[in-house]
Amino acid sequence: MRLLRELYYILLGFLQGLGACWLFLFRILRYTPGALLRWRIVWQQIYSVGAMSLVLIMVSGFFVGMVMGLQGYNTLSKFAATSALGTLVALSLLRELAPVVTALLFAGRAGTALTSEIGLMRATEQIAGMEMMAVDPVRRVVVPRFLAGAVSVPLLTMIFSAVGILGGFVIGVSFMGVDSGAFWSQMRVNVDVWDDVVGGFIKSIVFGGACSLLAVYEGYYSHPTAEGVSRATTRTVVNSALAVLVLDYLLTAFMIHGV
Amino acid sequence: MASAERNNNNNVVEITGLRYRVGEKAIFDRLNISIQRGKVIAIMGPSGTGKTTLLRIMTGQVLADRGRVLVESQNMARLTADELYALRRQMGFLFQNGALFTDSTVYENVAFPLREHTRLPESLIRHIVLMKLQAVGLRGAADLMPGELSGGMARRVALARAIAMDPKIIFYDEPFAGLDPISMGVIVRLIRRLNDSLGLTSIIVSHDVDEVSAVSDQSYLISNGKVVAYGTPRELEQNKSAWVRQFMKGLADGPVPFHYPAPDYAAQLLGEERA
Repeated sequence: MRLLRELYYILLGFLQGLGACWLFLFRILRYTPGALLRWRIVWQQIYSVGAMSLVLIMVSGFFVGMVMGLQGYNTLSKFAATSALGTLVALSLLRELAPVVTALLFAGRAGTALTSEIGLMRATEQIAGMEMMAVDPVRRVVVPRFLAGAVSVPLLTMIFSAVGILGGFVIGVSFMGVDSGAFWSQMRVNVDVWDDVVGGFIKSIVFGGACSLLAVYEGYYSHPTAEGVSRATTRTVVNSALAVLVLDYLLTAFMIHGV
Repeated sequence: MASAERNNNNNVVEITGLRYRVGEKAIFDRLNISIQRGKVIAIMGPSGTGKTTLLRIMTGQVLADRGRVLVESQNMARLTADELYALRRQMGFLFQNGALFTDSTVYENVAFPLREHTRLPESLIRHIVLMKLQAVGLRGAADLMPGELSGGMARRVALARAIAMDPKIIFYDEPFAGLDPISMGVIVRLIRRLNDSLGLTSIIVSHDVDEVSAVSDQSYLISNGKVVAYGTPRELEQNKSAWVRQFMKGLADGPVPFHYPAPDYAAQLLGEERA
């Protein structure tokens, strides 16, 4: 009975959080047209959350691509199908790895930065200061950061895919001796723009929105103490990772079966 | 405006029958305060009496449980978010720690409200910012970052930012806390000078008796959720009440006991030994 009650409260807390998050999203969307008019502020945030994540994304993408090249070559060589390496690397990256890993890396690098920055602004009364100057902090602080994250993740995902394919090419063609022409031509034939490239891009848009929303939400509603901000930052990473993986399953199921 | 109510027009703030609780604890219990236009009014009381909460209630950051809070004849409980923001454009608020934006320069901090609320050309914003910084004596610090300022300087910059939009009322939350004597003297002079030269109404929350007495026209002393004394610094100094005397003279013991309520000392010690 006690277990049931605790489960009930956990579920209630989860639904409350989900509801509050949706309401926060609507509040953000209400201010979005106005924020886009002040593009300089959004641009600054794209630089700090997107451009500053570029090196991490490129290095990670390159290594993930190299691992795919190695693993793919190892498996495909058993079936004498190493010419399909390009297809394997490209499909894995475009459909799954690039959107998911980029979103997870973004949550770890930029999401935590967004949460702690907004949380510390609250703890040091900068948010209250803005409210007292009759400036809505959601409009001025939250919306530009959310938009920057939502725009950056799809762009970073594209870069991750491109660099990853290059990593797979370097390992497969330069080190393992796969034919370069076969690598690229197989990829060209088997990768579909709509199903694979656009599908992965849609995933990255959804992941970018979810990770950015969770980061700004946790920061904005964090307790104004050192412990509160640190907990909020942890929640950002945990919730973003879970959200990305659950959403990935739902989107993949939808894209494959159309249900 | 729909929420405008009748009150004495000479009063900037009028609070009647204010009640506010945090959990089981009553912070204010039928509190009444009126603040006259053009004056420097202090709200004093021991730590934990809810002085800052009162300031937050007056500025609409916190809503009262019961009672009427009128600011510029507008009932704070009935304002929409837009009406509250419109009212706040007439207010300046000096936070205890300054609440400066740590990633912007002093200049950008002072320019912030101007950029957000006006479409003035950059040259005019520059003039206004430099004038406000000149008023607090920190024109030369325009390019510094908040991290490079001392506590007193940060508070002066925050003051320049608070008056950037030429408010009618300015709220000071513990403006003297943690300052050295020179910075304290500077802030005392600034509060008085800005109030008189800009025609403001200043509301100070503080427990620094000497500084408040030097700058305020009138003071409210609050304790246990009620106003216990009201008057000019001189009147409070001569007040006969034992509580007022203890607070104004900073006596360790009196109606406010030195000891927090506790069980009998000897019984507790002996009880622990037996246990």
